[in-house]
Amino acid sequence: MKVLVPVKRVIDYNVKVRVKADGSGVDLANVKMSMNPFDEIAVEEAIRLKEAGKADEIVVVSIGVKQSQETLRTALAMGADRAILVVAAEDVHTDIEPLAVAKILAKVVEEEKPDIVLAGKQAIDNDMNATGQMLAALLGWSQGTFASELNIEGDNAVVTREVDGGLQTIKVSMPTIVTVDLRLNEPRYASLPNIMKAKKKPLDEKTAADYGVDTAPRLEIVKTEEPAARAAGIIVGSVDELVEKLKEAGAV
Amino acid sequence: MAVLLLAEVNNGELAMDATAKAVTAAKALGDVTVLAAGASAAAAGEAAAKIDGVSKVLVAEDPSLGHRLAESTAALIVSLADDYEHIVAPATTDAKNVMPRVAALLDVMVISDASGVVDANTFERPIYAGNAVQTVKSSDAKKVVTFRTSTFDAAGEGGSASVETVSAADNPGLSEWVEDKVAESDRPELTSAGVVVSGGRGVGSEEDFALIEKLADKLGAAVGASRAAVDSGYAPNDWQVGQTGKVVAPDLYIAVGISGAIQHLAGMKDSKIIVAINKDEEAPIFQVADFGLVADLFEAVPALTEKL
Ligand SMILES: Cc1cc2nc3c(=O)[nH]c(=O)nc-3n(C[C@H](O)[C@H](O)[C@H](O)COP(=O)(O)OP(=O)(O)OC[C@H]3O[C@@H](n4cnc5c(N)ncnc54)[C@H](O)[C@@H]3O)c2cc1C
Ligand SMILES: Nc1ncnc2c1ncn2[C@@H]1O[C@H](COP(=O)(O)O)[C@@H](O)[C@H]1O
Repeated sequence: MKVLVPVKRVIDYNVKVRVKADGSGVDLANVKMSMNPFDEIAVEEAIRLKEAGKADEIVVVSIGVKQSQETLRTALAMGADRAILVVAAEDVHTDIEPLAVAKILAKVVEEEKPDIVLAGKQAIDNDMNATGQMLAALLGWSQGTFASELNIEGDNAVVTREVDGGLQTIKVSMPTIVTVDLRLNEPRYASLPNIMKAKKKPLDEKTAADYGVDTAPRLEIVKTEEPAARAAGIIVGSVDELVEKLKEAGAV
Repeated sequence: MAVLLLAEVNNGELAMDATAKAVTAAKALGDVTVLAAGASAAAAGEAAAKIDGVSKVLVAEDPSLGHRLAESTAALIVSLADDYEHIVAPATTDAKNVMPRVAALLDVMVISDASGVVDANTFERPIYAGNAVQTVKSSDAKKVVTFRTSTFDAAGEGGSASVETVSAADNPGLSEWVEDKVAESDRPELTSAGVVVSGGRGVGSEEDFALIEKLADKLGAAVGASRAAVDSGYAPNDWQVGQTGKVVAPDLYIAVGISGAIQHLAGMKDSKIIVAINKDEEAPIFQVADFGLVADLFEAVPALTEKL
């Protein structure tokens, strides 16, 4: 079984985001970038499938600026076998929309013919939560989103999903797209020897044009603003004072 | 201009709060038709017909639409799409599963988790865990949008829309439902509750989460949790509040033993009044709290429960 894992380079989840003064977006120049946390979980799951003898090859793919190469190297160091970089932007501030990403991924899937695509549930920069579902639509494949458990059983994948009401388990026919949630696993760190080895693993470089996909955005970004700030609060000295304040505010 | 709104239907019942909030957002865009789909959906359709501002209800009943499987639900919506310029839904996990699939089948972008409607093509949405708000203008012929329910008031009841039935699209047969694990609770639902009490890693164990639950019950509140509390097994996953959990904006939010990571704040910082109880005075949660109490939760929470 072959596994394809799309990984996105995003601002590190620990970095305090700053909105640019001119309202054009979030400042990404010289900030720490990392692999989208959900994608680390997807890579980890692919490696576990391989370790369990269920998968034999893991291909990772990233679409964006050239620097996304670093993200792919991280995935290779974790244990992926091969990487594809699709250069589709020059400026780190250009975010390729999920629809265009899904169209490129659909072409990669046509070439690579994976049995399963493991994507993240959402990218923590645009918070879209869309690419996996869109890719499934374009391919006419089944989808198992927000997975907290995944079992491959013959020609099916049994996926437990984190949903508003609790957990839902579904069985989807393969090939399929699964998007992973935070509790699926805990991703490993790449060891130093593996980081060295990853430098020699194959990394193909392509462009969006190679796949004939138009990445022009459908959504024009009119402006990006800071959210409304909250008024400063107070520290109360005791439970009694807290109760009093809540009563005054009409909250209880 | 016409809007098709996918109602939130669970086991044949309408989730009134989520659906009515999405109706409020959708009314600004045009004439609202609600689609109630499910293995059984007639009762949900009748309920939706009473929401103010709904002009028509379509009911689609078919076994393949049970449990909201994405493939069959998306196929149904696409079969109806010709008549609508907007296709919208409340931003529930069900809709987030289905709507991007619908958008891709229509070759349009999806606008996820919109928190504001500027005009028929232009929407506001939080990005970067709510650290920025982006205004986006769609150039697509059809707009597929999910609305963040915490920012819209529920439309009232009193309408009497006509109800029609429509048939399901061909079932692509790609997936089947196996089981649901849904915890039954008498407490109010997290995303619609007026008061939410949430516990974090500081609570320390599943047993001690009872402290949080007791305070919640005293206040008639829903119970929430941080990701760390859920990951540690103190609380079930559907209690998680935050960037990747539920987004809530109650009148009163009480955060207990929660540090206030941005991913948690993303799910609660629009609450009207925020109370934080934490023994670490440096905890970032105090920066968003209206009332902060620096205290050991094992003393403060029982005392608070007693005094309220
Ligand atoms: C991609 C991604 C998505 C995420 N999504 C979410 C999300 O949706 N929701 C979410 O919550 N988190 C989310 N997180 C995790 C988030 O970053 C934090 O790790 C998490 O919110 C921390 O939970 P916590 O505050 O309970 O734990 P901690 O940060 O460990 O804080 C525990 C707090 O309890 C206090 N405490 C301890 N003992 C006591 C006591 N006896 N009395 C009083 N106070 C005490 C401590 O002072 C501390 O401040 C996400 C992270 C990532 C990377
Ligand atoms: N530019 C990209 N390159 C590679 N994978 C991506 C890209 N954008 C999104 N993805 C994948 O799609 C998932 C969901 O992203 P999104 O739909 O943008 O929230 C991510 O977790 C990745 O697995």
